[in-house]
Amino acid sequence: MSDRRDFMGMALGGFTALGGIGALYAMKKTWDPLPSVKAAGFTTIDLKDAPENVLVTEKWRGKPIFVLKQSKEMMEKATDVDKKRLIKIGDDHYMVAVGLCTHLGCIPGYRPETHDFLCACHGGMYDAAAMVTKAPPPRGLDIPPFKIDGTKLILGETGPEYEKMLADGITMKV
Amino acid sequence: MAHFDENAKPFSHQWLNDRLAIDTLQRVLSTEYWIPKNINFLWAMGMVLAATFGILLISGIFLLMYYQPNTKLAFDSVNYTIMTEVGYGWLWRHIHGVGASVVFLIIYIHMFTGIYYGSYKRGRELIWISGMLLFVLFSAEAFSGYMLPWGQMSYWAGMVITNLFSGGSLHADGLVEWIRGDYVPAQAFLGRFFMLHVLLMPLIIIGAIVFHFGTLRIPHVNNQDGEDFDFEEAARLYKEGKKKESKVIPFNPVFLSKDVFVMGIYFIFFFYLVFYHFEFAMDPVNFDPANGLKTPAHIYPEWYFLWSYEILRPFPTDPGLIAFAIAQVIFFLLPFLDRSPNVAPASRRGKFKIWFWAMLIDMIVLTFMGKLPPQGIWSTIGLIAAITFFILWIALPIITKSEEKL
Repeated sequence: MSDRRDFMGMALGGFTALGGIGALYAMKKTWDPLPSVKAAGFTTIDLKDAPENVLVTEKWRGKPIFVLKQSKEMMEKATDVDKKRLIKIGDDHYMVAVGLCTHLGCIPGYRPETHDFLCACHGGMYDAAAMVTKAPPPRGLDIPPFKIDGTKLILGETGPEYEKMLADGITMKV
Repeated sequence: MAHFDENAKPFSHQWLNDRLAIDTLQRVLSTEYWIPKNINFLWAMGMVLAATFGILLISGIFLLMYYQPNTKLAFDSVNYTIMTEVGYGWLWRHIHGVGASVVFLIIYIHMFTGIYYGSYKRGRELIWISGMLLFVLFSAEAFSGYMLPWGQMSYWAGMVITNLFSGGSLHADGLVEWIRGDYVPAQAFLGRFFMLHVLLMPLIIIGAIVFHFGTLRIPHVNNQDGEDFDFEEAARLYKEGKKKESKVIPFNPVFLSKDVFVMGIYFIFFFYLVFYHFEFAMDPVNFDPANGLKTPAHIYPEWYFLWSYEILRPFPTDPGLIAFAIAQVIFFLLPFLDRSPNVAPASRRGKFKIWFWAMLIDMIVLTFMGKLPPQGIWSTIGLIAAITFFILWIALPIITKSEEKL
């Protein structure tokens, strides 16, 4: 008698658990970003006309993208790490990064006089190549996946220059 | 089969009693739910909270009829439709905004009353834990509601708070995107936080309130001296008519009438704020529509989250997140970290008295520092206050263990 009851209990429990797991999986997938959201994840920007020492803000996946053409003065001050972070097109160097503080995602402000970024939320600072110079941010601004096409950048696609940055640990996947 | 009186008229007292045991229910939950006499107005905060929750629910129902959970329409549906077109729409919005802020003031008073009088010990642990659960649920409800007007503060608070779930160096960006349903807060985010705010969280909160009341029924409320007396004996005296000798009064109607008096005073204050000072609950920055390409110069949460925000802020990312996470849950552990056998007001508990006031003052300091820009001396004071918060929690088991039995 008790064996039969145990069996019924376990059978019912097993199928209920299975259904429960299925329901949880469906709920998880319902919360996932929609395909339309994911498909809209590519942006092309032209770096040709970017002025020196003026921050240009583009938009990619709803996030601000900073583009800052480096001036001679800025290149002289650049550290080795800074140089690895910059995108070289012809003789020009560009800082291209996701304009969200790596601490908690505020947008840092650019200060052209001092060639640096200050995040007003928690006081984090970055240099002209968007490398962190003052905590709390744990790292420089993230560099979005890019592919160079002449003077254009396709954000969202992965080119060899970006893969090299990933391999060198200059940035991480965003 | 139970006994039913065949002659009882439908819906008469006897008829209902046979089917619902209304007399027993009334006795257990109200007329013979005994409350100690030796208490003060701070014991009314529970009913004040229940009433405020009721007011939030009613005002919310009226806002819900015109609010549009759509990123293109939400801002105008609140600031234009509800505020200017809907008859008395402004009233519901100001009640809802002020209520959301004031409910936390009362929650904090309710919490610190419990801490001061030791009302989380000796059979009352579950009252404390379910109360802390309500605090967390109210926090989630407040945060999800704050997203809905889709102003600049809504958007950036949503950005910053959901980023917390990346876990710092763990870089769980996939989790953050999953929570948002997008790379940044957008339509999917607004839709799900709308659902959480108007359905799921209120449902859970109502359940948790019922549970909180349930945990209170058997251990009874504490009293001003932490005195452990025989409720049955006190109840017997009261029922025999020796009301003066008895240490208790029934919840209804005697204690409830005192509750209602305190509520009366409270609602004068509440509606004074609603009609004359609602602006304190309406951040001016949130009257700019959400813009993902522009951070407000200074992001800060509502006043009731400032203390825990200030615990996050002065540290580097990872230690900051760990400190923040601990601060969110450490109050749950209070009944187990307080090692003293005494249930007594803090004023009679030696070092605990200092601990209590130090903790209260530290949290007030953290609150003020959280509002100020993270610069210079404010950064330093914030850091010291955040460290003090943890030192106090580490000290608690040590100082309470050495406490002498009263």
